[in-house]
Amino acid sequence: MSDQTVVLGAGAPARVRRSRLIDRGFRGTTLVVGLGLIALLALMLVELTTGAWRTFDAFGLHFFVGTSWNPVSGREDFGALPFIFGSLVTSGVAIVIGVPIAVGLALLLNQVRGSIANPLTVFVDILAAIPSVVYGLWALFVLKPIFDSSVEPFLIGTLGKVPLIGALFRGKAQGPDLFTAGVILAIMILPIVTAVSREVIAVVPRDLREAALALGATRYESVRLAVLPYARSGIVGASMLGLGRALGETIAVSLVVGNTPRIGWSLMQPGATIPSWIASSFREATSVGLHRSALLALAVTLVIVAFFLAVLSRLLVRRTAELVSGPSADEVLTEGIYPRAG
Amino acid sequence: MSAAAGTVSLGPVRGIRRAKDTGFTVFLWTCAVLALVPLTWIAFYVVSKGIGALSWNFFTKEPAGPLNPQEGGIVQSFVGTGLIVGLATVIAVPLGILSGIYLAEYGKGRTASAIRLVAYVLLSTPSIVAGAFIWALVVVALGNFSALAGGLSLVVLMWPIVAIASEAVLRLVPQELREGALALGLPRWKAIVRVVMPTAGAGLLTAVMLAVARALGETAPVLLTALGNDYINTDIRAPTDAVPLRVYDYARTPVEALHGFAWGGALVLLAAVLFLAISTRVLSNRQQKRIA
Repeated sequence: MSDQTVVLGAGAPARVRRSRLIDRGFRGTTLVVGLGLIALLALMLVELTTGAWRTFDAFGLHFFVGTSWNPVSGREDFGALPFIFGSLVTSGVAIVIGVPIAVGLALLLNQVRGSIANPLTVFVDILAAIPSVVYGLWALFVLKPIFDSSVEPFLIGTLGKVPLIGALFRGKAQGPDLFTAGVILAIMILPIVTAVSREVIAVVPRDLREAALALGATRYESVRLAVLPYARSGIVGASMLGLGRALGETIAVSLVVGNTPRIGWSLMQPGATIPSWIASSFREATSVGLHRSALLALAVTLVIVAFFLAVLSRLLVRRTAELVSGPSADEVLTEGIYPRAG
Repeated sequence: MSAAAGTVSLGPVRGIRRAKDTGFTVFLWTCAVLALVPLTWIAFYVVSKGIGALSWNFFTKEPAGPLNPQEGGIVQSFVGTGLIVGLATVIAVPLGILSGIYLAEYGKGRTASAIRLVAYVLLSTPSIVAGAFIWALVVVALGNFSALAGGLSLVVLMWPIVAIASEAVLRLVPQELREGALALGLPRWKAIVRVVMPTAGAGLLTAVMLAVARALGETAPVLLTALGNDYINTDIRAPTDAVPLRVYDYARTPVEALHGFAWGGALVLLAAVLFLAISTRVLSNRQQKRIA
């Protein structure tokens, strides 16, 4: 479509000139508002980094490797390692538990007929719409008691005795812990990982699978030989999207994780994540310069990781789409706008 | 095409091949069950525990004193959520739709792809980061927590959602309609406002509803910016309560009677969000059918 209004007749009358002016004004307004999104992101980055600067200036790399966090005036020491640790561990548990289930569900949704797939999809969408505080409430009052009384004692009694990985499952079952937080995160990232995996699996040409089936492959073999090789990078991208969500999740985690800065092998111990720590200490920090700056530095750390993951997942999903010349990464990732818990 | 992940001998399907295939099918269905269990479980608990908390007082009274907590309510949370989300919607919807119009109708080349990329980046920004941003920018600068700050933190989340979703629905409008309008001599802006947007009508509404549904349930950014309040507040410059904040608060209180209120708040929240999510789905399906 051409950008210019074609004007018939030589001397454009005033009405046409005015109309052209309005046209340009409208276009200009939408452009300015569109650019506003870029300005918003820029403002956010500038505001967070300038706020965090005092901390980076005072502690440098120590901020990322230090293990003590002390806001007491005169004895300030800010090391973020326990929170980075907590975030990575809980998100790791979420990925290990959540991704296989999500991919399995995505494969199923691509295989079964609509009469089964449609209700399942609706259920998964609903799961995505549940607010994070509702997940948190349920995790605190329903999931945690069950984990404390049966699931965790069982894991400690069985896996805890296995060499090497046993170290992850030692300690007491009671109380808040990283494992429960990881499980609730696994449930929370399930919808997004399922939705995006499903899209990338759906773009694999049907004839490839049908060819495999025609050659006598079983369903499992057709998936392994004709679907997964194409969808692999897209599924990894979907998982990274899930990882980004898990890393940023605040409220549900903060209700079950214990908010105790700690680094250790066992998943059965309490911990703290970057968001949960920001949420639990912003009140005291609002009026104290250095403490406030340290929390903003935590936010910056989170932003860096989240942006890196977002760009990477976009590239990976796009690779799958290009491989089979399906929909663009944009279209696939639009799945991400369905209401998510935060 | 690096599809050759391995070779299989395709003889009769039996023995190990059949076992693997059956195992695979079982695995897929197990995944479906595992995904559905938490959903039904959560829904069951929220409804069964929440329904008992819903009463006239719950919707009309402020929290009562510590001696008889069960006689109070959380009306200030409903008023606060209305104020904060309303404020955010009023700001974010025009911004989002105008950005969507730019992306769908005018946007080409580098500028448009840059805006689109930034919208996706903002979309994947953890909500607590949006909260921390407004906390540093507005709360610290003005010296107090406020509904205004809460609303602005939600704008950060809603703007990119509305932009991307409205771009998607505007793109669904057939090109012929635009060409027809232009051929009739309508200027471009009028073709967009009078022809394209009405055609996309319900779709634009779903874009807005998606964003509102998201904003209603957000806790972390509102916590960092609006803080919460035990009393009704309608001043946008003062700390304000919200339903998710109240649920979060009551989940952590040792007062047993208030746990019921937390479930009640969760039930109301869940009902509102699900209503929006489901009607979004229905509307967008109908819209797609209508245009196609």
